[in-house]
Amino acid sequence: MSSANTLTRITPKNITDQEFFYGHKACAGCGGSLAVRLALKVLGERTYAAFPAGCMAAVGFIYPQMAFTNNAIITTFPGVASMASGIAVGAKALGIQNFKTVAFAGDGGTADIGLQALSGMIDRGDDVLYICYDNEAYMNTGIQKSGLTPFGTQTTTTPAGKNIHGSKTQKKNLFEIIAAHDIPYAATASIGYPQDYIDKVQKAAQVKGPAFIHVYASCPTGWGTPTETSVEIAKEAVDCGLFFLAEYENGDYRLTRNPKQFASVADYLKKQGRFKHLSDADIASIEAHRDHKWERMRRMWNHQ
Amino acid sequence: MSKKREFISGDEAVAIGVKLSRPHVIAAYPITPQTITVERLSEMVERGELNAEYMHVESEHSAISAAMGASAVGARTFTASSSQGLLYMTEGLHYASGGRFPVVMMNANRSVALPWSIYGDQRDSLSLLDSGWIQVYVEDAQEALDMMIQAFRIAEHPDVLTPMMVNLDGFILTHTYEIVEIPEQSQVDAFLPPFQTPNKMCFDNPKNMGFSSQPNDNTEFKYQQNLAVLNAVKVLEQADTDFAAMFGRKYNGMVDEYQSADAEVLLVTLGSVTGTVRDVVDEMRAEGHKVGVIKIRYMRPFPEEQLQNLTAGAKAIGVLEKDISFGYEGTVYTNVNSALAKVGNTVPKLNFVGGLGGRDVSKADIRNMFLKLQRVAAGEAYKTVDFFNLNVETNE
Repeated sequence: MSSANTLTRITPKNITDQEFFYGHKACAGCGGSLAVRLALKVLGERTYAAFPAGCMAAVGFIYPQMAFTNNAIITTFPGVASMASGIAVGAKALGIQNFKTVAFAGDGGTADIGLQALSGMIDRGDDVLYICYDNEAYMNTGIQKSGLTPFGTQTTTTPAGKNIHGSKTQKKNLFEIIAAHDIPYAATASIGYPQDYIDKVQKAAQVKGPAFIHVYASCPTGWGTPTETSVEIAKEAVDCGLFFLAEYENGDYRLTRNPKQFASVADYLKKQGRFKHLSDADIASIEAHRDHKWERMRRMWNHQ
Repeated sequence: MSKKREFISGDEAVAIGVKLSRPHVIAAYPITPQTITVERLSEMVERGELNAEYMHVESEHSAISAAMGASAVGARTFTASSSQGLLYMTEGLHYASGGRFPVVMMNANRSVALPWSIYGDQRDSLSLLDSGWIQVYVEDAQEALDMMIQAFRIAEHPDVLTPMMVNLDGFILTHTYEIVEIPEQSQVDAFLPPFQTPNKMCFDNPKNMGFSSQPNDNTEFKYQQNLAVLNAVKVLEQADTDFAAMFGRKYNGMVDEYQSADAEVLLVTLGSVTGTVRDVVDEMRAEGHKVGVIKIRYMRPFPEEQLQNLTAGAKAIGVLEKDISFGYEGTVYTNVNSALAKVGNTVPKLNFVGGLGGRDVSKADIRNMFLKLQRVAAGEAYKTVDFFNLNVETNE
């Protein structure tokens, strides 16, 4: 990424005051809309943005009040990657130059219903940056379980009762599923580490071809957290090791944050309504899964 | 200058028609019997004859989705499908018409599972009449080629801006070789101007598209969509006239007819079976039977007035179609019957259902239909829906 090195790093001091996603109707404290807002500031006005049916589509495009100052479009739920592909390829065929196409989708739109189209987009090598904002459930439809809902989460389709303590399954390894395509660039990020996220968006935007960012984005409405702690809770998820910051580039994985010591998983979980029901044994099981995942990531990835 | 002719299949005729239309983007997923079309198009791109981006999408859902994305930035786009693939696109078909993306599609009419069948009938596209697409059904390879060129002009017209589906009977047209006249590129360019639309995302004037509407506005969007398809009537008739002036081939717009003026009994048809019906009309006319045929070309918009006028003198009318809406009657019949009911045409109207899953509709079958219509016209009792040429005993 030699070209990236010549770019001016975007920081809180020099990031544009121009807003591209403004006046929308997202909930107070929405992590997803923050991820979209920051990314568009990095990508700039010559950006086509595509959103599947989902929260950002629902809050940003209510006729006649359009919330994007750049070109933006709602796609079908399974079709954000394929429509973004079509936009990028169509603009190229028309001879349009110096533009970026970005797709933003939630965890369900990416890891479940949109996964096939995303795989096709990467396989074709289409010049699209795909950003998955992961709030760990289908929030727009009312907090139902998705493929990225973690073990133990209470959602409206995984109620926490005596028999079943919320979601029975672990999060899919989305980052590795994407990397397994030999994509030129993939990364994970968190709105709790905004500079890291901005750096990765800036880097991904330089890729000529498919790039992918999986950004952890809190949802106070779905998580049962105070609206003013959205950034903090998304940082804590990383600090306690339940989410990780990494890159995949030139065929290699790399942890971009590799803490010597994790913050308390229990503290992170107990702050959220969706995890209130968890027993000590449940929490121990979540920690064990975290440790297993980190042991593998450290062994396999950070060998340089 | 001598005219260029080639001996090609319907699928190949479609590919040549698409190439001559200079699309920017082709997004397609293979399905029998559409495959030869997309193979030929990819070969044309490889040879540099066609300056287009060929997108190897991983499904039909992505084919229509990518086509819409390209159309949304102002690119001329083509896709092709059939049967199960067309149905897998269904969400995108409604989306494309609602978004007013004038994508052009070739559909190879094929039976719908279950039971599995790769062979032809028209149940795939007829089940999607309500998806908001203009639908035309062609009769031979020449018409297939010509209609690809016309389709882009009709779909992209500013009064229309609606996607258009050109339907060919699977195998009967897609895989049958015929002599086809190949239009000159310069003439096609004169007939079909480059795609211009205000309905696109661009950097001079950014747009938010594919938005949601509230109950206050939704009906108005749907009203405009309906108007756009109705507007297509004049546009497609003008395209037919201009095409005839330029290329010497006229298809008569919404419907075509043969020997209908003084016919006592009429068959209404859709697609390739019409050629066989014409032959039977000639044979029976030679024997003194006053029979005729009306070929529906466009199912949407629907040729209501033309059908009302062309059937005014008939004593009995049969609708021959490769379709059944289970529990009722064929979809073409329902549409024809509705049109004729509006002008109080109360002559007997029968619905001949057959040719399903690729079964041949023979001259003998068609002769039997005309003879039955004559008996019904003379007063014989009848049932509306007639599954002709059934291989099983029925209790009906």
